[in-house]
This record gives sequence, C-alpha cells and structure tokens, in this order.
Amino acid sequence: MTVHETPSGEIVPLVRISNVWKKRGANVVLKGVNLVAHQGTVVCLLGPSGAGKSTLLRCINAIELPDRGMIHLDGVAIGCRQEGDKFIRLSEREVSRQRADIGMVFQNFNLFPHMSVLENIIDAPMRVRGEGRAAATQRAHDLLGRVGLADKAKAYPRHLSGGQQQRIAIARALAMQPKLMLFDEPTSALDPHLTDEVLDVMKGLAGAGMTMIVVTHEVAFARQVGDVAAIMADGVIIEAGPARDVLTRPQDPRTRKFLAKSLQKQQE
Amino acid sequence: MTTNAATEAPDWPGPHASPERIVDPPHWGRWVALAAVVVGLAWIAYQLITNPGFQWDIVGRYLFDPIVLRGVAMTIQLTVLVMAIGVVVGVLVGLMRMSRDPLLNFCAHGFVWFFRGTPVLVQLVFWYNLAALFPQLSFGIPFDGPKFFEVSATAAISSFTAALLGLGLNEGAYMAEIIRAGLLSIDAGQTEASKALGHRPWQTFRVVVLPQAMKAIVPPTGNQFIGMLKYTSIASVVALHELMHSVETIYSRTYETMPLLIVAALWYLFMVSVLSVVQHFIERHYLKGWQAEVHTPLQS
Repeated sequence: MTVHETPSGEIVPLVRISNVWKKRGANVVLKGVNLVAHQGTVVCLLGPSGAGKSTLLRCINAIELPDRGMIHLDGVAIGCRQEGDKFIRLSEREVSRQRADIGMVFQNFNLFPHMSVLENIIDAPMRVRGEGRAAATQRAHDLLGRVGLADKAKAYPRHLSGGQQQRIAIARALAMQPKLMLFDEPTSALDPHLTDEVLDVMKGLAGAGMTMIVVTHEVAFARQVGDVAAIMADGVIIEAGPARDVLTRPQDPRTRKFLAKSLQKQQE
Repeated sequence: MTTNAATEAPDWPGPHASPERIVDPPHWGRWVALAAVVVGLAWIAYQLITNPGFQWDIVGRYLFDPIVLRGVAMTIQLTVLVMAIGVVVGVLVGLMRMSRDPLLNFCAHGFVWFFRGTPVLVQLVFWYNLAALFPQLSFGIPFDGPKFFEVSATAAISSFTAALLGLGLNEGAYMAEIIRAGLLSIDAGQTEASKALGHRPWQTFRVVVLPQAMKAIVPPTGNQFIGMLKYTSIASVVALHELMHSVETIYSRTYETMPLLIVAALWYLFMVSVLSVVQHFIERHYLKGWQAEVHTPLQS
C-alpha cells in the first residue's frame, strides 16, 4: 500500500471529511463534521441512533450529497468540482465513476434478488470496469472462498441466511477492488448467532490492510479491530481518537453514557 | 388407553390401527354443485348441437374466409403496434412522472390526465378528422414561422394511423401508471446498492430496477394486451377492417349475424388463449430468484 505525501512531507489521508453539513428538510443532520481516515486503517463510527452516522457514511460515496463542506478521496473531491470559489455538483454519471472505487455494505445486504450469487458479484466488474467474464468469474470464486461460501455461486440470495447474504455482499463490493470500504451497520439486521461470521470476514479484511469506515453498534468489535473510534451525537463528532483509548477511557460524559448503555445491552 | 414405549421407529400404521386416521368431512354441497354444473354443461352442449340458429355450417364456411382472415391479420397487427407504442410511451411517461425534475413531472401528469380522462372513441374520431382542424400538417417553426415540410392531413391520417394514434396514446397513459407502480415496488436499497457499485443511472435502471419491476409489470400488461386485442374492434368507427368490422361487412350483406359473430368470437378466443400462454412463460422468466426451491433458471 502506498502512503501519499505532499511535497512538504505531510501525509495525505485517504479520506478527508472537512466541515460537512447536511440538512434533511428542517432537520440538520450533520453539523460541521471533520474526520480523516488514513490508508490501511479501520475507523469505527459509534453513537446513539439518530446521531447522523449513516448519513455521514452515505455522503462519503455521494449516495447523499452534503449541503456544505467537502469530502476528498485520495485528494479528489467527491460529488462536486470546484470552479473558482464555487462548488458545482457532478452529474450522476460522473459520480458513478467515483463510486466504483468505494465499496459499500448495507445493513439490509441489498443483494440483487433476480441474479445468482455469481451474477451479483461479476456484474459490476464486467459492466462498470469492462472486465472479461473469465477474469471476473475467477476473482468472484476467489472472493467466495475468502468469505467461506465457495459452494454458493449458483444459489439465489433468497435461499441464503442473513449472515451468508451479508458475506456475499462484502464479496460483491470487494470484486470492484475498491480503495475504501464503507460498512453501514453490517450486523444490525442479523440474528446474534450470525453476527460473528460477518465480523470475522471484516476482521480478515482489516488484517489484509483494507481501509474501512464502519458504522456499528458492536463496541467489542470496534475496540478489537478499530484503529480509530469516533463517537457521534446530534450531528457532530463528540470524541475521536485511538479506538482503545476512546472506548476504554472515554473523556466526554455522553460517550461514557453511550458505552455504559451498550455494555448493558450486551449483558442482557 | 395404553402407553407404549417404542423400542424401534414405528412403521406407518395400518388402516384400523390406533391412533385413528384423520379424514376430511364429507362435502355434500360439492356433489350437489357438481351435478348442477354437469347438467348446465350438458344443456349448453345440447343447444350447441341441436339449435339450428347457430348455423354451424355457415360458421365453418366463414371461419377461414379470406375477408375474415384479413381481419384477423389486421387485428393482430394493430394490437401489436398499439401495445408497442403503449409500452414505449408508458416507459417514457412513467419515468418522467418519477423524475425529480418538476417540468418533466408536470408534462407527464398532463399527458396521463388528458389521455386517460377522455374517451378513446373521441380520441379516435378526433385523429381521424384531424384535417378539419389542421388541413395542412407541417414541420417547422410555430406561429407562422418557416416550414421545413408540409403534407395534407387527409393524406397523412389514414384509418390505420388514426387507430394507431388514438389507441396507442391512450394505452400509453395506462401503461405509464402500470410501469410507475412496478418501479415504485422496488426497494430504494436496490438502487443504492447498484449506485454504490458504480453503475451509471441507465445501468441501474436496466440491470437492477427494471428486471425486478417486470415481476409487477407483466401481469397487468398481459391484461392490457388481451383487453386491447378485443378493444381494437372500436377502430371500426374509423372504417378500419379489423376482425370485428370484417364480419360486420359480411353479415350486413348476408344477414347471417349469429354465425358470423361466433366466427369472430372463436378467433378472439383463440388469440387470447395464445397470449395467455405467452404471458405465462414471460411471468415465469421474471420469477427467477423468487421460486421456493433452488433450480436452474429457465433461460437467460
């Protein structure tokens, strides 16, 4: 993995979120969020529901567009371009090219039900990247092996368990060979006994050096796998730092309250 | 009452063994209804055979009459073309209605409002008599600007084009609603997942949304198709020789009304039956991935 540096020797983060604001109707969802994710690190976003974690994540691949502020991936602005002092929205067509480099995994898997597992995985590499069927299929089988579902290539998503579907969804995102992976509460829709199989795949991915931004309620996972933990509440990041510090010795009383609550839930 | 501890897995019990077999109650009503249906069918068959009013010999004589066959061909041609126009217009208008662009939305609304809100009969006659309003059809700058080409309306609008425009645009308005309903039935997460993979907007529509929406679009479209097959008979008001008008021209001359109506009915029944079979296979195709058991897709 390459680490990008400016001529002055400063390390450029893979993702830089600068002062992002987002309104939905009269409701201000994001209130000036700043966050960076460096190459090869895992950033976990935690916080009570309604804090704006998912919205922030969805702004990173321009599925939603911020009203103010900028998000850069590898130094390139996402979703808009600068002309003088004006920022102009890119067309969906232009944005789609940027999204191809950003993998995303959803809470509800969102596999395409009318396609087999293999078709789900090879469609975008072939259609978006223009890869040949043989190469795309070869990599799909490799990825299926990696998520432990080598025998499911011909199955349809409906016939798989939630945990299996989510692992296929991860394989589908990885097939695009993304620079960055976004996870939006990947285990929240799963039965408790199925979450581990998904978290294990994510741990493997982090170990292989993938840059990941993960919205999650799994504090234990964040503590174990996360390099950085950022706690959000009411549209702002109230605390961010090395995951072990933030999640074991939180400074902000709201973080302490949130962590105590989720610990309580886990013990129930 | 006895208790027994089974030492091995028991065999399926015989007919008189305990526990008792559970059976359905007798369906006396069903037998009575069956008798009534049999009697009714027998009466219909008896009438069909013995009632001389049906004039089966005349039915047989006209069933493959060249005029009738030409009518059948015209009905098929008109139905297929009208539905093609309907689907194309319907997809365009349906997409426009779902667009966030207020102007597109307004135009689509207006189209559906007008063409669904006025009788087809009026639309047909209107197109047929277009010459009364616009004697010359021209392509150019409106409000008396220069014209690039010009043609007389009576030459441009035949019975056939009037029927195509009248029925096609009307069908487009209905198809737009059917297609919109189908597209709305697809979860927003599907679009998001497709976008996240880098699909361009058209790819998201073509590859992810439309194939799934087809599951909801095909059955009502089949309905429209079958309805349109018979509804084309309304084009007889603009003197188009489709099936219904063809048999009319014969029986208005020979007064063999009943047998010729039977000829038309038999042809419509036959065409609708073929369409129903086709619809069944199209529906099966779009159920791919939704069947209960795992099996290989029908076709790709």
